[in-house]
Amino acid sequence: MDMVRIIEVKQSVFADNDKRAEKLRMELKEKGIFLLNLMSSPGAGKTTTLKRTVELLKDELKIGVMEADIDSDVDARAMAQTGVKSIQLHTGGMCHLDADMTRQGLDELIDNDVELAILENVGNLVCPAEFDTGAAKNAAILSVPEGDDKPLKYPLMFQVCDVVLINKIDVAPYFDFDLERCTEYVRMRNPEAVVIPICAKTGEGVEDWANWLRQQVRDWQRGE
Amino acid sequence: MHELGIVFHIIKSVESVAADNDLEKISAVVLELGEVSGVAPDYLTDCWKWAAAKEELVRGSKLKIETLPAVTHCDGCGRNYPTVAHGKTCPHCQSGDTWLLAGNEVNIKEIEAY
Repeated sequence: MDMVRIIEVKQSVFADNDKRAEKLRMELKEKGIFLLNLMSSPGAGKTTTLKRTVELLKDELKIGVMEADIDSDVDARAMAQTGVKSIQLHTGGMCHLDADMTRQGLDELIDNDVELAILENVGNLVCPAEFDTGAAKNAAILSVPEGDDKPLKYPLMFQVCDVVLINKIDVAPYFDFDLERCTEYVRMRNPEAVVIPICAKTGEGVEDWANWLRQQVRDWQRGE
Repeated sequence: MHELGIVFHIIKSVESVAADNDLEKISAVVLELGEVSGVAPDYLTDCWKWAAAKEELVRGSKLKIETLPAVTHCDGCGRNYPTVAHGKTCPHCQSGDTWLLAGNEVNIKEIEAY
């Protein structure tokens, strides 16, 4: 029988990605590039929200968008209509982006002198929360039809997010959605999280969100 | 698929350990999996079989999983309790002021090589 060698490793599977993500974050800070990682379940309104956001900010910030999906380029096409640089990343069946995949996508945006890079992550409330992309800030969108209990069911997602957008707020009267209760659930997971109700379709609240984002980019560029 | 992504990360880590230690063929990878890591062991082993078959270094190798218990600490009364049975509420004093002490690990413990 062959001799078996045992090599002790004792290393978290996520440690390697965490290290690469931190390195990317530091490099971006030096270059003055703010990376936003936008996450949500499929259909919560990431692309519609982004289109609205870009319209409000594109005159004052140089924006680039990375659309991550398992397949298709419908999101990148939709974003391209806003006139900002937009690229499509395919994850090859994977449910999330990691730091290396994000870096590959960013290379192209950096060549275009982008100062606000937005990553629209794969629609999923579980896996993207576990893999640090190297973003300066994480944002999640939770839409009214999904229910106000989602922060309880997907705790990690709401724990890692700096800001939570409650989208489709216009249809709240038709669903059993309690904004106050939802905000309370988010704060249970993350007391620091900023909660902003919006309706990407009508534009309600989107300015508050754009103001928050603008401030974050400016703080980041000043090295704060 | 969640578990498949994790398997790819395990293989990446194993490749770098193998390069550092001059290993050419891996026979098994021992993984420590916390009870509340959110990773399903059965799916993980299935994904491992599929993904490992594609890489010469780990082809035919076994993924051995050791489960680590989840423990939560209560700041209300200072005691620890098993997470899976009681969740976020302390069974001793009913406080919700609690945090996970252990149980979300996904660690490569060791690698067995020929």
